Amino acid sequence: MAAQNIKPLRDVNIGKYDELSTRERIVLDIDGKEVGVYFEAGEIRAWLNVCPHGGGPVCQGQIMPRTVQDVRPGGKSGGLGHHPTERNIVCPWHGYEFGILSGEHPIKGDVKLIPVAVRVVDGDVVLSV
Amino acid sequence: MTQTPDDTPVIKELAEIGRRSDTRDVLNHATKHALNKFEDYFIVDVDAHVSEDQFWEEVLELIDNDVWKQIGLHQFGSFGGGNALLNLAPGLSQQSVGGRIGHQGRREPVEGTEGHPFVTSARRGMDALGLDYQVVFPSAMLVLGMHPQDEVEVVLARAFNRWMTEVVLPKDDRLKGLLYLPFNTPEVCEELVEKYKDDENIIGFTVCSTRNNPVHSDVYTKLYSMIEETGKPLAFHSGYHWGDPSFAQLNRFLSMHALSFTHYNQIHVTNWIINAMPERFPKIKMLWVESGLAWIPFLAQRLDHEVLMRPSEAPGLTRLPSEYMREMWYTSQPMERTDLGMLEATMKFFNAETQLLYSSDWPHWDWDAPSTITDLPFLSDQAKRNILGLNAAKLFNLPVKRTRPDSEQTLKERPGVS
Repeated sequence: MAAQNIKPLRDVNIGKYDELSTRERIVLDIDGKEVGVYFEAGEIRAWLNVCPHGGGPVCQGQIMPRTVQDVRPGGKSGGLGHHPTERNIVCPWHGYEFGILSGEHPIKGDVKLIPVAVRVVDGDVVLSV
Repeated sequence: MTQTPDDTPVIKELAEIGRRSDTRDVLNHATKHALNKFEDYFIVDVDAHVSEDQFWEEVLELIDNDVWKQIGLHQFGSFGGGNALLNLAPGLSQQSVGGRIGHQGRREPVEGTEGHPFVTSARRGMDALGLDYQVVFPSAMLVLGMHPQDEVEVVLARAFNRWMTEVVLPKDDRLKGLLYLPFNTPEVCEELVEKYKDDENIIGFTVCSTRNNPVHSDVYTKLYSMIEETGKPLAFHSGYHWGDPSFAQLNRFLSMHALSFTHYNQIHVTNWIINAMPERFPKIKMLWVESGLAWIPFLAQRLDHEVLMRPSEAPGLTRLPSEYMREMWYTSQPMERTDLGMLEATMKFFNAETQLLYSSDWPHWDWDAPSTITDLPFLSDQAKRNILGLNAAKLFNLPVKRTRPDSEQTLKERPGVS
């Protein structure tokens, strides 16, 4: 009866929104479950710290601007550039990148991070883990 | 939200992983994979690097030629650093993708530990990845075959082989080495094979594939006979190069890297087979390193197709090229696995169950953990065990014995907080 081994989700208060949101990202191990919590553009996202590629600690890598290929009139290359607003989570193991807000790989969108439910309750950041 | 006192979770913060993170923290998830997926497997990593460039001064000190030693140490102390005397061309230093992949070129924190820092770093990697043996390889010398001065390859080969056999390998029985052969100077290769053939920590010989020497040349026949006689394998470790006129058209590191790492081994396998080297040296054990797997069925089919039409140009063959290729060995990394159907067909094509050896390439940017093999849904448990260690034990004559600590112990000693 495998279903008996599945733990029900529970709410965990990880701290005050006002304090945590001054940081761009915090990665927590909560009873062995690792979650990255991101504060970006006034929104919150939480992703499991497991890369869909090789199971690496995806949330413990760098956060980098999304790189874009500019195209000038006539289809000419405008060269590489950083996107003005979009930022990516970079897995430190192999460099797989995912949008902070979308959790999606910039080229293959169905390669994506696993979301963890997160919300603000009375000023506290609460994860369902 | 309700949390009872009994329900209070244990929360700890995990630090960012970067260039100075402890290997055991970087690989903490891999250690958990080892614990849960392959704790009882015997595992040999046939190709890893550990980043010996940090110890390049120690290698330079062992150069046996006064002039090159002085030049090397001068470069080390001025502009060359860890690349002194090497031949790194412009553009070849973009592996970390602008610092995104911190373990490429890592600097292991070993302050306060005993023993040689290279060995400390290697042990941490082996324990964290769940490896019983690891073959460490000179990544700093991967493109040395393109050095315009043959004598530099010779003095560095002699010095590096001394460093490996005298400084590193005797410190840990789990570390093994492949002797670097300065292939641009065949008579020195012969001298080194003779000198090190009985060293028990040298389990084979290696040629860095990035070079323009035709492997079928008669200048190498004595060398091949000597290697054949030792019973130890000859590995060709592929590499990259942006100076080749064809590759000069490529404008991204990934493009050059994707093609050049398969290019050089394709050239050498083609020459090896079409010139009937497997017939002329039937006992030599050939191992092709770090080209992934997808090129194998491509090249075999291509050569079969043309040999059947032009047998007069390969008259020394008694079988199809693909049949010779199925008797060679290959290392797994970087294993293409975006299409598992293609990968399964590829592995079946060259009898991966007996011919494939796991390699990590750690800590390079495109490394593979042992779980890349254990996670494959189409392999039998026996095939996984063969690829991860038993094939290597047979090829390199290594004892099949567990040498690594339990993964649980590794996790306990270093819980991965960073």
